[in-house]
Amino acid sequence: MRALYFAWVRERVGLAEEEIAPPETVKTVADLVAWLKGRGENYEAAFANEMTVRAALDRAHVKPDALIATAREIAFFPPMTGG
Amino acid sequence: MPLTILRVQKEPFDTAVETAPLMAGRGDIGAVVTFTGLCRDDGGSLAALEIEHYPGMAEEEIGRVVADACARWPLEGVLVIHRCGVIRPGEPIVLVATTSLHRREAFAAAEFLMDYLKTRAPFWKKQHGDGPQSGDWVEAKAADDAAAEKWGG
Repeated sequence: MRALYFAWVRERVGLAEEEIAPPETVKTVADLVAWLKGRGENYEAAFANEMTVRAALDRAHVKPDALIATAREIAFFPPMTGG
Repeated sequence: MPLTILRVQKEPFDTAVETAPLMAGRGDIGAVVTFTGLCRDDGGSLAALEIEHYPGMAEEEIGRVVADACARWPLEGVLVIHRCGVIRPGEPIVLVATTSLHRREAFAAAEFLMDYLKTRAPFWKKQHGDGPQSGDWVEAKAADDAAAEKWGG
């Protein structure tokens, strides 16, 4: 699946987007965050405060317990500051 | 169905030009409410805001918020324009306009739209300037979350 990162999550990860292939044991958004954190210090830094980072599956807001299932795109970003 | 116009763009906008289509050929509309959000320099050290957005989701999420507003109030038209890219103090960032037969619906819907856009539309502001906050991302405010929550699920 495609992973997108925005704002300071993007800066800390060091990538705007990438293809990821998490193992089958990764079922939820929270599982995926835990898996990403194991991939390196940059991910550890981006997700240091997990409750702050928001997620969207296929361009719709989701909570950490949402199932990834067949989603093709996941995005991680800070709380929004538009308007 | 209300007329809806939604756009994310880099260019500045002219409120009068943008809102004209909401009223064109309509003698029955009694109220148009417009809100323009500006880039504000609090301490005299902001050179510009850089607005990052999630292309695709930004437009879709604005559409969901507009649909929600149309379900809550009898609106005749809704316009939302949100800018991205580099914006300097004094320049407009966002335009929300609502039209209805009577003023109360247009006022309420415009406020609802802004409260929801601030907390749900995927946009982020980074500060550029010569002050200590240059390079920092603007932090979300709890007051904005509270403003959105007051409208209920």
